[in-house]
Amino acid sequence: MKWSEFFVTGEPLIYAADVSIVLTVIGIVFILTYFKKWKWLWDEWLTTVDHKKIGVMYIISAVLMLFRGGVDALLMRAQLTAPNMKFLDSQHYNEIFTTHGTIMILFMAMPFIIGLMNIVVPLQIGARDVAYPYLNALSFWLFFVGAMLFNIAFVIGGSPDAGWTAYFPLAGNEFSPGVGNNYYAVALQISGIGTLMTGINFLVTILKMRALGMTLMRMPMFTWTILITCVLIIFAFPVLTVALALMTFDRLFDTQFFTMANGGMSMLWANLFWIWGHPEVYIVILPSFGIFSEVVSTFARKRLFGYKAMVGSIVGIAFLSFIVWVHHFFTMGAGAAVNSFFSITTMAIAIPTGVKIFNWLFTLRKGRIRFTTAMLWSLAFIPNFVIGGVTGVMLAMAAADYQYHNSYFLIAHFHYVLIAGTVFACFAGLHYWYPKMFGHMLNERLGKWTFWLFMIGFNVCFFPMYFLGLMGMTRRMYTYSAGLGWTPLNVVATIGAALMGIGFLVLCYNIYYSARYGERDMTGDPWDGRTLEWATSSPVAHYNFAVIPEVKDLDAYWEMKKSGKGFEMDEEKLKPIHMPSNSGRPFLISIAFFFAGFGLVFKWFTLAIIAAVFIILGLILRSFDDDDGYYISVDEIKRTERLTRKEA
Amino acid sequence: MAEAAHHYDETMPLEYRTEESRLNILGFWIFLGAEVALFATLFATYLVLFQRTGHGPTTADLFEIKDVMIETLLLLTSSFTCGLAVFEMRRRRLTGLLVWLLVTLLLGAGFITFEVREFIHYVHEGATMQTSAFLSSFFVLVGTHGAHVSLGIGWMTLIIIQLLQRGFTPRTARKVFIVSLYWHFLDVVWIFIFTLVYLTGMVM
Repeated sequence: MKWSEFFVTGEPLIYAADVSIVLTVIGIVFILTYFKKWKWLWDEWLTTVDHKKIGVMYIISAVLMLFRGGVDALLMRAQLTAPNMKFLDSQHYNEIFTTHGTIMILFMAMPFIIGLMNIVVPLQIGARDVAYPYLNALSFWLFFVGAMLFNIAFVIGGSPDAGWTAYFPLAGNEFSPGVGNNYYAVALQISGIGTLMTGINFLVTILKMRALGMTLMRMPMFTWTILITCVLIIFAFPVLTVALALMTFDRLFDTQFFTMANGGMSMLWANLFWIWGHPEVYIVILPSFGIFSEVVSTFARKRLFGYKAMVGSIVGIAFLSFIVWVHHFFTMGAGAAVNSFFSITTMAIAIPTGVKIFNWLFTLRKGRIRFTTAMLWSLAFIPNFVIGGVTGVMLAMAAADYQYHNSYFLIAHFHYVLIAGTVFACFAGLHYWYPKMFGHMLNERLGKWTFWLFMIGFNVCFFPMYFLGLMGMTRRMYTYSAGLGWTPLNVVATIGAALMGIGFLVLCYNIYYSARYGERDMTGDPWDGRTLEWATSSPVAHYNFAVIPEVKDLDAYWEMKKSGKGFEMDEEKLKPIHMPSNSGRPFLISIAFFFAGFGLVFKWFTLAIIAAVFIILGLILRSFDDDDGYYISVDEIKRTERLTRKEA
Repeated sequence: MAEAAHHYDETMPLEYRTEESRLNILGFWIFLGAEVALFATLFATYLVLFQRTGHGPTTADLFEIKDVMIETLLLLTSSFTCGLAVFEMRRRRLTGLLVWLLVTLLLGAGFITFEVREFIHYVHEGATMQTSAFLSSFFVLVGTHGAHVSLGIGWMTLIIIQLLQRGFTPRTARKVFIVSLYWHFLDVVWIFIFTLVYLTGMVM
């Protein structure tokens, strides 16, 4: 292979990206060296097994990926603003919509949600860590190297360009001969393994590590949604694992799974992809429902309305999510009976979702509402998500879908559910739990600026797309002619996208501003919260709870406060706390995964095999590792607790 | 795990005594649930593709029942000996445990040997992964199972070494128990492969 093929060449935008990547890397290395932070980075972050730090790393990665995916989005909007634009050529446009979709779903929405769940779930159930802290670190690093592998594609070797759904035969060797779709298959595989392990980890954590007295029906709603999400992950991700493995075999070893000759069946890919893909969208939306439930109940100062109905509807949605996948390709021509079945199951999802919407509305009713930033995101979610949901039911009608299919109507629909659902929830959760992560608040005034810019921009950007779709504009077209009359609405959409971009910049500035000038949270309970995470100090001590609380009711901390006691700690009751040791092995194993993946992408099998040997070596070392962790002494706990609780 | 050393329960079998062990065993059951989903997807793929033979051989042309019967007997017996190993562990007989684990290992290795021979035989007849969709799905389904068995052999070897070094501890006992769950699971998968791939393939 020649160097000119190894590095992507010929595009000014790519050269600019090359330069900025090199400068950023040099900058990071310089800062770490200059401030002598290498050891800090290794001890505090790269080797950590603390669920809170792992959560923070997930969220940082997610924000970085939001930037990358957002830049992709803005490039697409720039290209589509006016007819016959020459800003991007068709190949470049194909690559950008592919990476935009893949990154936003798998490397932005997923890690953001998983980050929040890492930080919050053990605190909400009164646990000191997750069931398998070491595995948790491995999950994160596998996700991270998968994301990095996917992200270097656009400068080394070339991006995938067959859409985030990577349909065959387009994604096969015949029509996508480069390494781009190898990146897709391998990078998603690596991070998918991490996600599966997270699912198992949190399912066991929630089932087995709840504080005394916290029955299943006393769990906070966010924890409930994570429990069900874990079940979805455990049954959906193995399907992705297989689908990607078959894709890898087709692309690297010329097997015949999805080919057009020798018996291959390209629609098998579409089926496998969406058997995973549909549960996947619920994997990112159910936790969002959980976040909104927490925020709405806290800031309406009321117990969540219809708790049991909420739980029932989550379970219902999770069940239905596995039997709707064909609605992604009604036009495949599976026949009237099949399409009718999937049409009905799809529409049925509106029922439990509607139950949830009404529950939030009734929670708000007669509540004493505080319009914090987190609450604004949650309130905006309800009408915006309903717009997405109603258009979803329109798309669910198989006969009508022949008109809507793959048009901008669909684009508008899924952005309305994914942005108004998941992204709004991530921002709400970020504002809400920020003091638990860093000990200071995110600035509310800047937060509200972000909210209004982003929320208005979102509607300006995506609402016109419904009409563009009805006017015949199809997705993934890189340009259009002037006579079609699509120009005005496209201009409007681009303005909206720019507003969202500005909103994101304000959010980034807010993170910086709040770190310097943000209000410290001395109480540990800045929002007058209801669940156990607010019974800890901010930021949370690394053992979480000096004494494991005893839960007597739903909204455990609220009940403690109502009985006038708060969460008291009897120093006599303190015992030494057992903690797991840090380990650099998850990080190093993941690095080996990166090289193994890189070797597979380029069919450099020697590299892949050497890296695989290192992976196996890491597993063997882990097997022989009998580090039992360590104990925090009672004296040290007392000191920490007095320090953090003195101001309260 | 934070509570690992607490909750030591003398009344339970050795592998269940610590909280950490109980968590790990439950987690492994759930992992096996994910493995069920994984193999179910591979089986579904195979069932969709197995009659799509293109220009290549069909199932009836290819399979030979004798080799498959030997593989089946080896693996089913190994599951039984693996059960005996755990039985010996419950009776706290280290030698018995080691012997039965070793027998299990050898039977597993025998299974793999025959499977590799079978694959080589097919390839020599011109039936490769690249020939047809049927053969692609056949090799990947059966090969994934074979890779699992091979991994299990390596894993069990590590556990035997640890048993020799450390004897019975709650930790080694747990590891033996978990690897036995894994081994029985592979046995169950093989029964499905035997029925859905080989027997169905011979009949159809």
